[in-house]
Amino acid sequence: MMYQIPMESLDRLLAAIAAQQKLYLPTDNTAGEAVYTEWTQGAALSKKLNTLRSAKDFFFPQIQNMAKFRREGKKIEVIDDRAEADDFCIFGVRACDVRSFDVLDNVFLADPVDTWYETRRKHATVISLACTRPGETCFCHTFGIDAAKAGGDIQCWETKDTFYLEPLTEKGQALADALIAADGELLTQCGADQEALVEKETERIHKILEKLPLYDLKAEDNRERELELFRSKKWKELSSHCLGCGACTFVCPTCQCFDIEDFNNGETVQRYRCWDSCMYHDFTLMAAGTPRLTQTERFRQRFMHKLVYYPKAHDGLFSCVGCGRCLRKCPIHMNIVKVMETLKEEKE
Amino acid sequence: MEKEALIPRIGVVTDIRRDTPDVKTFRVVGTDGNKLFTHIPGQCAMLSIPGVGEAMFSITSSPTLEEYMEFSIKKCGCLTAWLHQMEVGQEVLVRGPYGNGFPVEGAFRGKDLLFIAGGIGLAPLHSVINYCLAHRENYGHIDVVYGSRSMDDLVDLEEIKRDWIGAPDMDVYLTIDREQEGWDGHVGFVPTYVQELGFSTDKTAVLCGPPIMIHFTLEGLKKLGFADNQVFTTLEMRMKCGIGKCGRCNVGDKFVCKDGPVFSFDQLGELPDEY
Repeated sequence: MMYQIPMESLDRLLAAIAAQQKLYLPTDNTAGEAVYTEWTQGAALSKKLNTLRSAKDFFFPQIQNMAKFRREGKKIEVIDDRAEADDFCIFGVRACDVRSFDVLDNVFLADPVDTWYETRRKHATVISLACTRPGETCFCHTFGIDAAKAGGDIQCWETKDTFYLEPLTEKGQALADALIAADGELLTQCGADQEALVEKETERIHKILEKLPLYDLKAEDNRERELELFRSKKWKELSSHCLGCGACTFVCPTCQCFDIEDFNNGETVQRYRCWDSCMYHDFTLMAAGTPRLTQTERFRQRFMHKLVYYPKAHDGLFSCVGCGRCLRKCPIHMNIVKVMETLKEEKE
Repeated sequence: MEKEALIPRIGVVTDIRRDTPDVKTFRVVGTDGNKLFTHIPGQCAMLSIPGVGEAMFSITSSPTLEEYMEFSIKKCGCLTAWLHQMEVGQEVLVRGPYGNGFPVEGAFRGKDLLFIAGGIGLAPLHSVINYCLAHRENYGHIDVVYGSRSMDDLVDLEEIKRDWIGAPDMDVYLTIDREQEGWDGHVGFVPTYVQELGFSTDKTAVLCGPPIMIHFTLEGLKKLGFADNQVFTTLEMRMKCGIGKCGRCNVGDKFVCKDGPVFSFDQLGELPDEY
């Protein structure tokens, strides 16, 4: 089942969703970057290719409070103040970020389940949006992702005059039904003619993708080459300019390494987890030293994880979705595309 | 909400023993006086003090002890220094058990076992050795080669003398790095001592100690004719979660906290050499 709404009524659609549950969507901030913000009346959906930060924040926030402790003399009290998340909706998620949720699910929903992640995931409805204008740093196609059919609970397309919605899951259909129940005139069911227009739109997007510089980049199954790639001499050269700043990790939708720390406010001790990066020198540092002595080993770890270790552990799924954020943000212009191409040369 | 693995439980320290100048053994039970959980020898647990830190320690006591768990801990950082200054009655946070443990009911069953430890490396082996002694009929001859810098650095020396030396079908070989007054035992490094003793290759060997000791001992065992799948070790890596999610302790696609810490050297041979 597919629905449509005229583009000029998009505000009405957003308001209707926001009436059902908290709604987040990409809007432009004062610096001109797209960021997810909570919808308020008049909020305009960003026209940017994608958000500066990935959508992982919704399920795996940069800082997550875990538990509080109170220490008095020899006694310790544990305060478990976890709470169920409220229902919320993320609107306008691109195909790459939608796939990143699968990558994160494999980690956080594996036994034992991460309850903070799980409750947010359970209460979220993901409304994706096809990429009207995929860009030169995009390579989701490399990982079998279709920018024109973005997935999630409801997938959408925006054309010049019409906005199309297609619920894909029970959760998505439930939201569509609730919207229709609240306002019978909001969504119009699509006929065969309109569905053909959506098909035309996906073809138009595919044509753009084919012309992009990274369209031909192939992701090779390197699971059998783990030790050979690990021992490759190329890592030294590839990592030689890496500053170890961790920017790639922070903008990456699939990077999920975290640290656990305590903050003592005098009254209680707040235990929290926060994003961490394998690019940092103290990431694996122990009293006895570290197994990753230089930036070369740390750099190698990040890319081996995305291209070999993660696929090995998860049935060939890559831990890269080709969103291109690291291509745009790395201060020394090193990135996973260069790594993939260099490792390919190694084979030839 | 359902139970969260990363939120710890409260344990109480009921006994503290000084083993060496920088190693103490802590006995821990739950607030109800019972053991917090059961474990397999070689498994680990996270201990923490709010506002000080949290770290992974191997459970030193044997699972056959039903009343409590023990942790032998070397003072070497913030948290361990704090643990060393605490007194009996102190509450600590505990979560676990984590990891695979030794194959005591698998590959070790019916085998002659050779345990080789250096320094605090005895801690993780302590649990499995005592487990084997408690189920004596399931295992063959037990050899223990244990060395430390000095006589004073031999962990659990009293217990070794009392319970291990002279136990039937068990041989214990102690060594210290340098001559010392009052020591009439063997002097020399563990790898060399193992070579001198020259064990038969039908044994299953278990190594734990500093990387350099493991490296040379393994080399020596291979020279004696041991195959990689006959030699086990337990790895140590920085850990934050203990459940394969924080991304910190991986060796290739394996997480030491979840898939380890116990590996045989043929398993390690298939993994990147980064531990």
